[in-house]
Amino acid sequence: MSPGILGKKIGMTQIFRPDGQVVPVTLLKAGPCMVVQRKTPSTDGYDAVQLGLVEFIKPQRINKPTAGRLKKAGVEGAKFMREFPLGPGSDDLKTGDKVLVDQFKPKDKVDVIGISKGKGFAGVVKRHHFRGGEGSHGSMFHRAPGSIGASSFPSRVVPGMRMGGHLGNAQVTVRNLEVIDVDTEDNVLVVKGAVPGPNGGYVLVRRSKR
Amino acid sequence: MQNALLTKYINKNKREAAFPEFRPGDTIKVHVKIKEGEKERLQAFEGVLIARNGMGMGESITVRKVSFGQGVERIFPINAKVVDHIDIVRTGRVRRAKLYYLRALKGKAARLKERE
Repeated sequence: MSPGILGKKIGMTQIFRPDGQVVPVTLLKAGPCMVVQRKTPSTDGYDAVQLGLVEFIKPQRINKPTAGRLKKAGVEGAKFMREFPLGPGSDDLKTGDKVLVDQFKPKDKVDVIGISKGKGFAGVVKRHHFRGGEGSHGSMFHRAPGSIGASSFPSRVVPGMRMGGHLGNAQVTVRNLEVIDVDTEDNVLVVKGAVPGPNGGYVLVRRSKR
Repeated sequence: MQNALLTKYINKNKREAAFPEFRPGDTIKVHVKIKEGEKERLQAFEGVLIARNGMGMGESITVRKVSFGQGVERIFPINAKVVDHIDIVRTGRVRRAKLYYLRALKGKAARLKERE
């Protein structure tokens, strides 16, 4: 059994559970993936499996070393490749093996890792959820960070002070999302809740550890 | 643009095909499942469909009736499991999608002509 799968975010919608409860869901196009490389302690020093999301890619977009690696594994084309660590003793995945969504079933728990949407230079209200000040009533304090340090002691800004800066476009992990539905025909994995990144963004789905 | 797979998934889960085709202005009867203790029964709400809101899984309809001289409106999420089935009682000819103007009309003025 594969420790995870690679995919693309399709978009969000909502569905109704049999008991009538409405659930927000994200659809992921998960797989088909293939094992590009199987790393073993004897050759690489650690146990891992490298998966590639099989999709069309122009041959001139792959550099020669990657093309050689893909050819060796029998993979037609892959833009997105990621490694999953394997525990000792799990040796059922070989190079060239296929990994499909049927690995997952409803009620499974998964973690989804993706690159969040970039927000550019964001102020402290958006970036760190500062409350900001009143909008009106003569308030002259709106979205500013306020004091960032006292004057005589320590007379400097302590390291790690939360300020404005670049927000988003960073790796984000969402843990323990419930698998709601699996469509093996279209390779669609439906998970409960939101997933980082834009629609069409690459995501890594792995089995939750706890 | 919505992804084709997303559209396919929504259409698979939508219940639109299970209902007769209704439009704003139609008088419809919405049968809603109601749980009373252990037992489940159907309750009907009959009135004029004055608005369809949203699309996809979140689509809802607003139904208005006048009960003992008091206007009552109920909003039903049509894809929800609580809506058992919908009957069309009579059709109505209207010229707009949202019939909020009916709220200001009473009695004879609030009647709608039948659609051919």
